Amino acid sequence: MSDDEPLIRWQWIGDHAAELADYTGIHLRLGLLPVLFGLIISIPLGILCHRWRWLYPPVLTVANILYSIPSLALFMIFVRYTGLTERTVMIPLTLYTLSVLVPNVVDGLASVPEPVRLAATAMGFGAIRRVVQVELPIAVPVVIAGVRVAAVSSISLVAVGQLIGQGGLGYYITRGLQLDFPTPIITAIVLIMLLALATDALLVLAQRLLTPWSRNKVRAS
Amino acid sequence: MNDFLNQVRLVWDWLTSSQQWHGDDGIPHRLIEHLTYSGISLFFAALIGLAFGLLVGHTGRGAFAVATVANLARAIPTFGLVVLVVTLAGLSTTPVLIALVALAVPPILINTYEGVRGVDPDTRDAARGVGMTEWEVLLRVEVPMALPLILLGLRIAAIQVVATATVAAYPGLGGLGRFIVDGLSRNDYELVIGGSTVVVALALVVQVAFTALRRVIVSPGLQVAASKS
Repeated sequence: MSDDEPLIRWQWIGDHAAELADYTGIHLRLGLLPVLFGLIISIPLGILCHRWRWLYPPVLTVANILYSIPSLALFMIFVRYTGLTERTVMIPLTLYTLSVLVPNVVDGLASVPEPVRLAATAMGFGAIRRVVQVELPIAVPVVIAGVRVAAVSSISLVAVGQLIGQGGLGYYITRGLQLDFPTPIITAIVLIMLLALATDALLVLAQRLLTPWSRNKVRAS
Repeated sequence: MNDFLNQVRLVWDWLTSSQQWHGDDGIPHRLIEHLTYSGISLFFAALIGLAFGLLVGHTGRGAFAVATVANLARAIPTFGLVVLVVTLAGLSTTPVLIALVALAVPPILINTYEGVRGVDPDTRDAARGVGMTEWEVLLRVEVPMALPLILLGLRIAAIQVVATATVAAYPGLGGLGRFIVDGLSRNDYELVIGGSTVVVALALVVQVAFTALRRVIVSPGLQVAASKS
């Protein structure tokens, strides 16, 4: 970088506002759809692990191993099968969310007080209806705590996908390096962090709305 | 399935060809680079994270700051930070290592803090009651009881550092990511997938090492509780 280059050229941001907005949209999709898919997998998987405890350790071990694999390597393994597409980024990101979401679903279900479970049974709830209508709503705060961690990590990881051409705002990171120009890189980092923190705040809000009864307890977590 | 077997053969051919095992572009040299980056970063991150985590956990002061740092840190795109550091400071190892340390501190810090804070106050009072000094309470009661969480924090930090060190090959650093980045730019799929396999293997070794470490150093009385988390 040349010495007279300022850290940020505000002019550049103004000139690229529309384009930045487009990439922000792509970034959100790449970061948040995996969390949704992860949740769709984790809720039934967590219920099964809660019901049959022997299932939990092997599931958790697999999820932890997947989580430990660096994203760049995992993307490359999927390139062979799904090409340089958005799916190649979203499948690994989905797999990463499992190591947070599955334990939180299991812990959330475990947090349901035994008397509540017994009362539901006594009222004539079958096993499935009891899980869906009684246990899952009580588990919501713990599950959302996991969703917050998964969403924030997922949004910040998307940028690595730029190495296979699908990185959302990560585009500006590689662009900035190629042009030896820090403004796009800093803009991308700040926008990604803002997206992550805004998503986190929205999830906190969603939790308050979904579980009005736990408003006082939420503050502790 | 056939395709999968082809892929395995591809990786095997790449791994077993002798050029992979010699010189600056060989696996041993890249692996040592990767382990050096990761080891140094993790060491300094552990010093900082453990010191502050134990301090805040023991005194209970600064808890809010620790939680804020941990939340903000998770939102930082590691790839962006590494590229920014190289753009600003030029291509040298030290600035990137500092970035790696900065990224690895928060998970160690927050888990150490949570671990120490999670020690039963009755246990802590009992330790004081039998005449332990504050240092003894910290080192002989709080640290051993917090060990499962401290190790979890170190494991998350290690995973993070190994992954980010891989990505650091993009702006020009060495390490195992070199194979992937060079393979991508030359359209050499064999190199990409061979390099990825070595990275995956390293990640698995790190994971197994931490599991083994926990079995060995966590007190047997805490093993049952630890295996649940």
